[in-house]
Amino acid sequence: MTRTSAPMLSLEKVSASFADRNGQLAVLRNISFSVPRGQFVCVLGPSGAGKSTLLRLLAGLLAPASGRILFDGAPVRGPQAGVGLVFQDANLMPWRDALDNVALPLELRRDPDAFDRAWDMLQVVGLRGFEQALPSKLSGGMAQRVAIGRALVQDPQLLLLDEPFGSLDALTREKMGEELLRIWELEHKTVVMVTHDIHEALYLADRVLVLGRRPASIKLDMQVRLARPRKLAVRYSPAFGRMAARLRAAIEVQAV
Amino acid sequence: MKHERERIGAYPWLLGPAVAAVTVLAWELLVRVTQLPAFILPAPGAVWRRLALALQDGTLLRHGLVTLQEVVLGLAVGVLAAGLLGYWLARSPRWERLLAPFVVASQSVPIVAIAPLLVIWFGPGLLSKTLICALIVFFPILINTIIGLHSVPQELRDLMRSLQASRAQTFRLLELPAALPVFLGGLRIGATLSVIGAVVGELVGADRGLGFLINVGRGQYDTALVFVAVFALVALALTLYGLVSLAERRWLWWQQKTNPSSFLYGES
Repeated sequence: MTRTSAPMLSLEKVSASFADRNGQLAVLRNISFSVPRGQFVCVLGPSGAGKSTLLRLLAGLLAPASGRILFDGAPVRGPQAGVGLVFQDANLMPWRDALDNVALPLELRRDPDAFDRAWDMLQVVGLRGFEQALPSKLSGGMAQRVAIGRALVQDPQLLLLDEPFGSLDALTREKMGEELLRIWELEHKTVVMVTHDIHEALYLADRVLVLGRRPASIKLDMQVRLARPRKLAVRYSPAFGRMAARLRAAIEVQAV
Repeated sequence: MKHERERIGAYPWLLGPAVAAVTVLAWELLVRVTQLPAFILPAPGAVWRRLALALQDGTLLRHGLVTLQEVVLGLAVGVLAAGLLGYWLARSPRWERLLAPFVVASQSVPIVAIAPLLVIWFGPGLLSKTLICALIVFFPILINTIIGLHSVPQELRDLMRSLQASRAQTFRLLELPAALPVFLGGLRIGATLSVIGAVVGELVGADRGLGFLINVGRGQYDTALVFVAVFALVALALTLYGLVSLAERRWLWWQQKTNPSSFLYGES
C-alpha cells in the first residue's frame, strides 16, 4: 500500500480547459512536474494564469482535459482523503465556532476524537482561547489560522494552499507566512501553494514554479537554496535578491 | 438606528399598547359622534361583549380550531411540497429553466379565482381548505428555498466536496444551515398567507371556521361577530408569525446582530 519511493505528486502532460462562449478556452498546457515528499512548492504567476485551476486539479475538484495526475503513485480521480485544502478566503462556516470549524473534516469521517483533536490543532495554530469564537468575531488573520487548522487536523499528506494570505494586509501576511513555516517545520507536510507574491514564495518554498500566461505552461522551475529555519530577515540577503530578480524576469517576459 | 430607538423613548414596549389604546379610543369616539348603528360599526364595548359571549358558548374556540387546523395543515403541506421541489430545482438548473415560467404563471392566477373550483372538486371540508392554504404558501416558500440554496457559497461546496462529504452530510451540515435564513424569511410570509388562504376557502364554501363565522355574522347583521372573527384571525396570524420569529432567534443565533431587534424583520 505504501509507495514511499514514489513522489508525493506527479503531473504528466496535464492540460486543462474551460468551456466558454467561443468554445474551449485552454487554461493550462502540457504541465509536467513532480513533487517529492515533504517539499514545499510555490506556484507563481500573473493573475489569470490558471494557478487556481492547477490547484483544483491537484485537489481532484476538476478533471484534466488530458494528461495524468498521480497522488502517491495512484491516479487522481476525484477528491481524496489525505489532501488538505486552504482557500483564498478563510471560507469558514459562519454558524460554527472556531473549534467546530476545525473539527469539520473529522466530524465528516465520524472520528470520535474530533473535538479533542480540533482543540489541540487550535493550540498549534495559535488560537488558544478562541475555541468558541464565531468567524464573524475573528480577524482576517485569525480566520485564516482556523482555515489552516481545518486543513491540517485530518493529518493530510498533501497541503494545497490557494493564495491563502491574498486577502490579508501586508503585515498580517508576513506574520502568517512565519506562522505557516513554524507549523510546517513541526509537521513537514508536502505543500503546494499558489501565490502571486515573489517574496512570499521565496521566503516559504524549497522550490518555485513560474507559470506563463494563458494557456500556461511552466516557464521556470527554480530550487530555493536558503537555509532553514528561515527568519524574515532572509529577505534582505543578496542571494534572496538575486533569486527574486530571476523570478521577476521570468514573470515579466510574458506579462507585457 | 440608535437615534430612532432613542426617539421612541425609554419604554419601547409601551409603544404597542399605547397605539392600541389610542385606536380603541378613537373608534369609541367615532361611534359616539356619528351615531352609526351597531350593524354598521359596533362600539368597542359591544365587540368586547360579543367576544365574551363567543368565548363562553364555545363558538370562537370551535371555529377557531377548525381554521387553525386548516392553516397549519396547509402550511405543512405547502412547505413540504415547495421545499422538496425547490431543493430539486436548485440542484438541476435545466429543469429550473424549463419549469420557471409555469411556476410564475401559476402564481399569477388569483387564489380567490380558483378557490371555488377546489371547493367544487374536493368538497367543503378540510381537504379543499388545506389545498388552498398549501397553494398560496407554495410560491414564496419555493422561491426562498431556491434562493437560499443558491446562496450557499461555491467555495464551501468545494470544501465539502474535497472532504468527500456525502450528499446527506452536505445537506445537513452545509445547505440546510446556509439556506435557513432565507428559507425562514419565506416561512414568515407563508405563515400569514396561509391564514388568508384558509379564510378565502371558508368564505367560498364551508360550514365552519372563522371565515364561515364572518359569513354568518354578515348574514345576521351581527357585525360585532364579524369583528370578533377578524380579530381572532389577526391573533392567529400574529401567533404564527411570532413562532417563526422565535424559530429564527433560536436557529440563527450565529448571525450578526446589525439591527436593533424588530418584530417585523426579526433579530437578524
